[in-house]
Amino acid sequence: MKKDTIGDPMSRVDGRLKVTGGATYSGEYKVAGLTYGVLVPATITAGTITAIDTKAAERAPGVLKVITSFNALKLPGYQPTAEKPVKGLKLFNDDKVYFNGQPIALVVADTFERATYAATLVKATYQTAPFETDFHKNLDKSIVPQGGRYKDYVRGEADAYKNAPVKVEQQYLLPSEMHNPMELHVTTAFWDGDKVTIYTKSQGVKGSQRSFAAAFGIPLENVQINSRFVGGAFGSSLRTWPHEIATAQAAKMLGKPVKLTLTREQMFTLVGYRPLTIQKIGLGATPDGKLVGITHESYSQSAVYEEFTENSVNVSRFLYASPNANTRYKIVPLNVGVPAPMRGPGEATGSFALESALDELSYLLKMDPIQLRLNNYADMDPERNLPWSSKYLKECYQRGAEKIGWANRKSEPATNKDGDWLVGYGIGCGAFGAYRSASQAKLTLTPDGKINIKSATSDIGPGTATAMVLIAADVLNMPAEKITFELGNSAFPMAPTQGGSATVSSVGSAVHDVCLAFKNKMLLLAGKNQNSDEQLDYAAVLKAANLPLLEITQESKGDETAQKYSMYSFSSHFAQVYVHPLTGMIKVKKVVAVVDAGKIVNLKTASSQMIGGAVGGIGMAMTEEAVMDDRFGKLANGNFADYHVPVQADIPQIDAIFIDKPDPIINPIGTKGIGEISLIGVAAAIANAVYNATGKRIRELPITPDKLI
Amino acid sequence: MNQFQYSRPADASVAIKTLSKDQNAYFLAGGTNLIDMMKMGLVSPQKLVDINNLPLKTVSEIPGGLRIGALVSNTNLAEHPLIKQKYPLLSLAINAGASPQLRNMATLGGNMMQRTRCPYFFDLTMPCNKRVPGSGCSALGGYNRMHAIFGASDKCIAVNPSDMNVAMVALDATVHISGAKGSRTMKFADFHRLPGDHPELDNNLKKGELITAVDLPEPRFSKNVHYVKIRDRASYAFALVSAAVALEIENDTIKEARLAMGGVAHKPWRLTAVEMFLKGKPANEAVFKQAAQLVSNGAKAYEYNKFKLKMAPNAVLQGLKVASGLASA
Repeated sequence: MKKDTIGDPMSRVDGRLKVTGGATYSGEYKVAGLTYGVLVPATITAGTITAIDTKAAERAPGVLKVITSFNALKLPGYQPTAEKPVKGLKLFNDDKVYFNGQPIALVVADTFERATYAATLVKATYQTAPFETDFHKNLDKSIVPQGGRYKDYVRGEADAYKNAPVKVEQQYLLPSEMHNPMELHVTTAFWDGDKVTIYTKSQGVKGSQRSFAAAFGIPLENVQINSRFVGGAFGSSLRTWPHEIATAQAAKMLGKPVKLTLTREQMFTLVGYRPLTIQKIGLGATPDGKLVGITHESYSQSAVYEEFTENSVNVSRFLYASPNANTRYKIVPLNVGVPAPMRGPGEATGSFALESALDELSYLLKMDPIQLRLNNYADMDPERNLPWSSKYLKECYQRGAEKIGWANRKSEPATNKDGDWLVGYGIGCGAFGAYRSASQAKLTLTPDGKINIKSATSDIGPGTATAMVLIAADVLNMPAEKITFELGNSAFPMAPTQGGSATVSSVGSAVHDVCLAFKNKMLLLAGKNQNSDEQLDYAAVLKAANLPLLEITQESKGDETAQKYSMYSFSSHFAQVYVHPLTGMIKVKKVVAVVDAGKIVNLKTASSQMIGGAVGGIGMAMTEEAVMDDRFGKLANGNFADYHVPVQADIPQIDAIFIDKPDPIINPIGTKGIGEISLIGVAAAIANAVYNATGKRIRELPITPDKLI
Repeated sequence: MNQFQYSRPADASVAIKTLSKDQNAYFLAGGTNLIDMMKMGLVSPQKLVDINNLPLKTVSEIPGGLRIGALVSNTNLAEHPLIKQKYPLLSLAINAGASPQLRNMATLGGNMMQRTRCPYFFDLTMPCNKRVPGSGCSALGGYNRMHAIFGASDKCIAVNPSDMNVAMVALDATVHISGAKGSRTMKFADFHRLPGDHPELDNNLKKGELITAVDLPEPRFSKNVHYVKIRDRASYAFALVSAAVALEIENDTIKEARLAMGGVAHKPWRLTAVEMFLKGKPANEAVFKQAAQLVSNGAKAYEYNKFKLKMAPNAVLQGLKVASGLASA
C-alpha cells in the first residue's frame, strides 16, 4: 500500500550544510579579483548635492573608484526615455536627496576595510531643502495611493457602527518595524562583455533577473542571478534594491567583480521596513453581540519618491459577518526610505487593530471574546459573496482554547493573580489570502535511478527544498534520499518570487505535476497503463529504453474553478501573559498558534515556521519600535543595541497546532500556506492578554514596562 | 586607514607612562566598549596600551574586606564564591547586565569606564556636548526616554549605563588608582561625575591614571539584598531604571539600609535620604511604601522619560520587598 509521505516530520535536506558552515551564502563566493564597495550616506534629509569632494578618498590606499552622480555610468533603465523605466530610487542618477542615509557615493577598494575608511573621507556639500519626517504632524496630508486598488470600500451603509447600541471607536498605533534578517544584504556582481553574473540575497531570482536586465537595458538571458542560500529576509528581499543595481554598475565601470555588503546600520535605512501606521476602528454591535457595522481606516507612512501600500484594512471586510463594513486606506509620503512588505504585510498591522477592537467590544458586551467571534462567524466571504474554498477557524478557536487553558481565564480584568503577578489570557485571529501562481519545474532522471528537480524558486528559511522533496517522494512513491531539489538560480524553470506564503502552493504544484507527468512517461516507456499505481524501477526502465537520462519540464497553474471560491488561510493565536504590577515587566508565559492552512507538507519545518512567526509577533507586540528624531529626520535607534528584537529569554513555550485538512480547491496538494499567518494575530493576542491581566488597554505598540506601571 | 600603535606592557608603570605622555592613547582591557567606539569613529587612538598582561586579575581577602583586581572579568567576579557568598548584591547586578559573551570579556575597570549609551553620543552627525564640548545636547529636546531624572545639567542628560556600578556604590566600595605621581584611593561613589558644565568628563580619573583595584568593605549585607532591573526585554537591554537594595535587618528592624539606582543619572545614584528614613524602622510594607515616596524627590523628567518618576519608586519598593523577604523576585 502506498504510504502518504506528505505530512511526515522531516529534517531539512540542507540542514547539515547550514549548521556545518557548508552552505554558501551570497556574500561567501570567492570570485577571483574581487573588490569591495562601501556606501557613503547622505547626512541631510532632503535637498540637492551641489558637489562631492572625492579627492581624499581616491588618494587613500587601495581605492579603485569613487562613484557618485557626477561620474556614474548612465543606466538606460534609469532614464525617462526607457522602455520600462525602473521604479523607485535611482542611485547616482541625479543630485537629489530624498531621505537621510540615502547613498550619495560608492567607494570601491581592494579590501573592505580600506573601502570603509575611504568612505569616511568623501565630503559632500548640499543645498538643503525643507523636509518632513513627522508622521503625526503630516497626517492631514495623507493621500489615496495611485491606481484604483485603494478606493474606499463600502458594504451596506458606511459608519453604521455609530448608531449601534454598543460601540467601540478607537485608534491604534503600530510604529515602524525593521525586517533585519540575520544575514546582511549582500551582492556580488561581475561582467563578461555584456553579460552579468550576480550573487545576491533574493527572494525571487527571476524578479531580480528582470530588474537588472531593465536597469542595464540588456536581454534577460544576459543576467545570471544566483541566490542559493538566504539567511532570512522577511520581505526585505522581495524587490531588487538600488544598491544591488549600483554594485553591478560599479563592476561594469571598473571591469572587476565588486561585492557590496550593507552594514547593520544601513539595514535600518536602505532595505525597507513595516511602516508606521495609525488605524481607526469603529465597531458597532447589538447587545447580544451581533456586529452591525465595521469601519476601518488606516494611515501609513510612505516615501516621497515612491508609494508603498499594503492591505492593512482588508481583513475588516471579510473576517466577520457584519452586514455593514467600510474601509479607507491612505498613505503619508515623508522624507524616509520606502517601506517594504514585512512578514504578514498589512494584514498583521490590520489584524492588531481589528482584533484589539473586537476584544474591547467583548468587555463592553461582557461576553467571552471567543463567543463574540463565534456569534459573527462568516460562513461565506461577505466581501466577495463567495463560498470559502475551506475554512476551519471554529476548530482553531476550540483547539487553541483547550491548549492555552482558556477555562482559567477570568472575565473580569486584573483579578487573576499568581503571587504578585497578574495573569491574563488573550486571543487574536488572522487571515491571509491563499495564493497560487503559475510555476514550472524540471525533473531529471539519471541512470542511477536518482531524481533531480529544479525550479527558480527561493528558500528564505521555510525549508523550500525539503518540502519539494517530500512532495516528489510522495507522488513518486520513492525514498526522499533519492530525490534532490535545486533552487535560487535564474537559469532554472520559472517560479514566482517567494512571498505571500505561496511557494508550496505554486512551486509544490509544479513539482507535483512534473512528477505525475514523469510517472506516466515511465509507464508509457514500460508499456503499462497510464495512471497505474504500479511501482516501477525507474533506472531499469531508463536502461531498457536505452536512454542516457530523462528530462521533463512541466508548468502548473490554477484553473478558473478558483474564481468561484474565496481562498484564505486562517489562524487563531492565544497568549498567556504575566504582568508585574509594580515594575510593569511582562512575561509571555505561553503562546498557542492554531492554523487552518490546508494540508501540512512537513510537520517539522511547518512548526518551526509557526514558532518563528510567533517570535516575530512577540517582537511586534512587546519590543520593536524604530524611533525617528524629526529634528534631524534620522532614526534615533537605528542599531541592534537600541532597536530591540526579542531575545531568547523573552520567548516562552510556543505550541503550533495544525488543523491539517486539505483544501479541495487551491491546488493538487491541498496546502494553503503559513508564512504570513504565523505572525498575523499574535500582537493582538498578547495585547488582549495584557488587558485581561491588568485592565490596561495598550493601543500603541510596543507594550513596554513604562506603559503598564 | 587610522594607524595606531599597539603595546602590551607587563608592568603598570610602563602602561601609565605611555598614557601620560600621549594625548591620544587609551588603555585597552576587555575592549567591549572601546573597540565599538573605534569602529564607529567616536575615538581614533594613536596608541592602544593593552593592559591585559598586568597582574590585576585576582580577588583576594584583605583585612576588613575584599580586594578585586581591575582586570577581573565581569563573569569571574559575578561567579566568584566569595562574592556570591558575602556580596550577593554585586553578583546579581553584574549578571543583570549585557550578555554572557560580553561579561566574559568585560573587566571591572572597563565596566567603570564605559561610556553612556545616549544615541546622540553615538551618532557623529548629531550635536553632543559629551562628544564635542560646546556643540549642544541633542537629547534635551530629543528622544530622551532612556535619560536622567537626577543630577542632569542643561549641557547633558545622559546616564551611566552600568549595572555593576550601582551595586558598588550601594556597597560603599573604594577605588584604587595609580598614576605617574603615585597612587591614591577614592570612594566609588565619588568616582563618577555629574555632567555639570563638563559632560565630556564621565569620571574623576586624571589623564594617565589607571584603576588597579576596587575594595569592598567588611560584608554586612549578605542576606537581605536585591537588584531590580526594569528593561524593555528580558536580557541584553540597558535599564530603564534599576535599584540596588541592601538591608541589614535584626528582629524585623532595619539596622542599616543601602540604596542606589541606575538608569537615572550620569552616575550611580545613591538614595541617602531614603536610607536615613529606613534606618531603625520596622521592615514592613507600609514603611517601604513611605520610603518609596521619597525616591523621586528632586527628580526632573523630560518629554519621553516622565514614566521614570513613577518607575523609580516602584523599583525601589519592589527591591525592598524582595530584599526583606516580603515578595519573591
